[in-house]
Amino acid sequence: MDKQTPLVEMKNMGISFGGVHAVDDVSVDLYPGEVVGLLGHNGAGKSTLIKMLSGAYQGTGDIYVNGEKVEIHNPRDARKHNIETIYQTLALADNLDAAANLFLGRELMTPAGTLDDDAMEAETRKIMGRLNPNFQKFSSPVSALSGGQRQSVAIARAVYFNARILIMDEPTAALGPQETQMVAELIQQLKAEGIGIFLIDHDVHAVLELCDRASVMKNGKLVGTVNIPDVTDDDLLSMIILGKKPGEKAAG
Amino acid sequence: MQNNAKNFFSKLGLDTRLLGMIGALVVLWIVFDVITGGRFLTPRNLFNLSVQTASVAVMATGMVFVIVTRNIDLSVGSMLGFIGMVVAALQVQVLPDMLGLGNPMIWIIGVLAAISLGAMLGAFQGWIIGYLTVPAFIVTLGGFLVYRGAMWWVTEGQTQAPLDATFRLLGGGAEGTLGVTLSWAFGVISAVAAVALMLMSRRRKAGHGFTVKPIWAEGILMGLAAGLILCFVWVMNSYPIAKGAMKRIAKADGIELTEGMVWYHGVAIPVVILLVVTVGMTIVASRTRFGRYVYATGGNPEAAELSGINTRLLTVKIFALMGALTGIASIIASARLNAVDVGLGTLDELRVIAAAVIGGTALSGGFGTIYGAVIGALIMQSLQSGMASVGVDAPLQSIVVGIVLVFAVWIDIVYRRRTGQ
Ligand SMILES: Nc1ncnc2c1ncn2[C@@H]1O[C@H](COP(=O)(O)OP(=O)(O)O)[C@@H](O)[C@H]1O
Ligand SMILES: [Mg+2]
Repeated sequence: MDKQTPLVEMKNMGISFGGVHAVDDVSVDLYPGEVVGLLGHNGAGKSTLIKMLSGAYQGTGDIYVNGEKVEIHNPRDARKHNIETIYQTLALADNLDAAANLFLGRELMTPAGTLDDDAMEAETRKIMGRLNPNFQKFSSPVSALSGGQRQSVAIARAVYFNARILIMDEPTAALGPQETQMVAELIQQLKAEGIGIFLIDHDVHAVLELCDRASVMKNGKLVGTVNIPDVTDDDLLSMIILGKKPGEKAAG
Repeated sequence: MQNNAKNFFSKLGLDTRLLGMIGALVVLWIVFDVITGGRFLTPRNLFNLSVQTASVAVMATGMVFVIVTRNIDLSVGSMLGFIGMVVAALQVQVLPDMLGLGNPMIWIIGVLAAISLGAMLGAFQGWIIGYLTVPAFIVTLGGFLVYRGAMWWVTEGQTQAPLDATFRLLGGGAEGTLGVTLSWAFGVISAVAAVALMLMSRRRKAGHGFTVKPIWAEGILMGLAAGLILCFVWVMNSYPIAKGAMKRIAKADGIELTEGMVWYHGVAIPVVILLVVTVGMTIVASRTRFGRYVYATGGNPEAAELSGINTRLLTVKIFALMGALTGIASIIASARLNAVDVGLGTLDELRVIAAAVIGGTALSGGFGTIYGAVIGALIMQSLQSGMASVGVDAPLQSIVVGIVLVFAVWIDIVYRRRTGQ
């Protein structure tokens, strides 16, 4: 992997909100076909860090995509670089249906220049058929969906547009065991397709199972990045809780 | 029995809110008709009702977008007055000197000036709201005061009248209608278009393999739509023009009036304008990116931004549109009165907001339909005209309208809670 160019490199990222350093000089990278876990307590700065990559926040630091420096000033810029995000809050417009949410900002249009709702619904049926075959509520606003169904809409939105870089911020938070298993399988499948994934997850065991490397954050700072095969769950927990990197391990 | 009815309506796919509003309107009309001994549901009264509703209803369609995005516009009444005064002064004092009295360019310039002035004022307010992040309530409250004051300065408070003869047609009245033949043509074309649109939508849906309504349900809806349109035209075409107005028109057109000759109004031009605006705004709301972004932003502003929608620019566009529609409403209102005094448009902002809200637009954002706002405006106007014709005093009218507004919103909240919206 070392010989390859990273899909994404975020170097010396920083951002503060009213004097609080939410992210402070953090550098992480991600290679094609790799899953990198982001770990840390609530408020450690994980969501804020990835929001700088998805264009929601503008902070300091440099972002490289495929080795080239890029400017990401807004979510559209990020989407242009094939960076797709499943936000922790899901970022769904509750009053719109699944198809409208899936295509929000990238609507399919008829030749006459009007919204092609039927085509969007048809595409939504296809992708949901793959991700969540039980999903049937295509004409209801997403507020009428269960937590798991809403999450699958958010996942479908990120997957549909051929992401090269996928950010998943606690994608299984609202899911039951069976749906969580489906997300795990999806991650494996996307990884096999060569997509790079940042996975933020509370569950250390899920990270151990799904990730190749893990970066741990505490109080806005990077504690360290480790190769998953080299660490135990206790190592990760002590990084998260104590902010100490296991002495003998080298960063990946 | 009740279940059968429910099943029937759900097959028709009409939403219960629409049925509820139409039900309320019908009840209102019947009650007033009974109290007035049949004077309410006459072609004459319905014609007047349609003309009186037009100005507020045009603005209400724009207010839907404003409220859907969790904003408010308190300035529309004053803005209507200010635009009306500027355009009236233009017609009375400026353009006749430049172009000659009755020049056909006068009404065209007047119309364009009203719409573009409205769009500019609205865009400026929207810019302050979107980019300087001053709350809409404050910005438009400021506008409310500024426009009313500025209106006075335009002519030092002088009433401007009479307006250009062609411009005046845009306000309705005996001359300002399509006439019988054109009204029928308008009605038939609208009815055919409505049926064709429903058929096309059905074919498209079926083409994608989605379930469609049973054909009988679709047939009933098509019949209803076409029937309502033609029925409306028929009623408007049964309202005879008064003798005095007939003489005036005959003289202007050089027609010889004979004994026993009767002419009928037909659909009023402001109502045609309202219908065009309603159809246009419905298309914008449901078939364009702009409309989709309006609803998305209203539902979840953060999600809209994360999807790459420029919500600030969107705010500018929404208020510019509101302003342009206020310009159109100003044309209708000033043309109808054939004069503009400093009171024009007073309290209209409240009527417009009430119409949108009675029509099911939620102040919490994200929900609201164009047709709902138009029906809301019609309900408000029916209530007011009805009470006036029954002889209810003006103060009591205000009290009733106020209570109905609160009651309607409460019903709406209960309805939303029940349906889990
Ligand atoms: N928009 C914001 N305004 C102010 N503070 C923020 C904002 N976003 C995040 N923060 C702060 O930044 C810190 C990191 O938050 P976050 O990235 O959400 O943590 P995590 O995702 O690791 O739980 C927290 O202290 C949070 O309060
Ligand atoms: Mg977070």
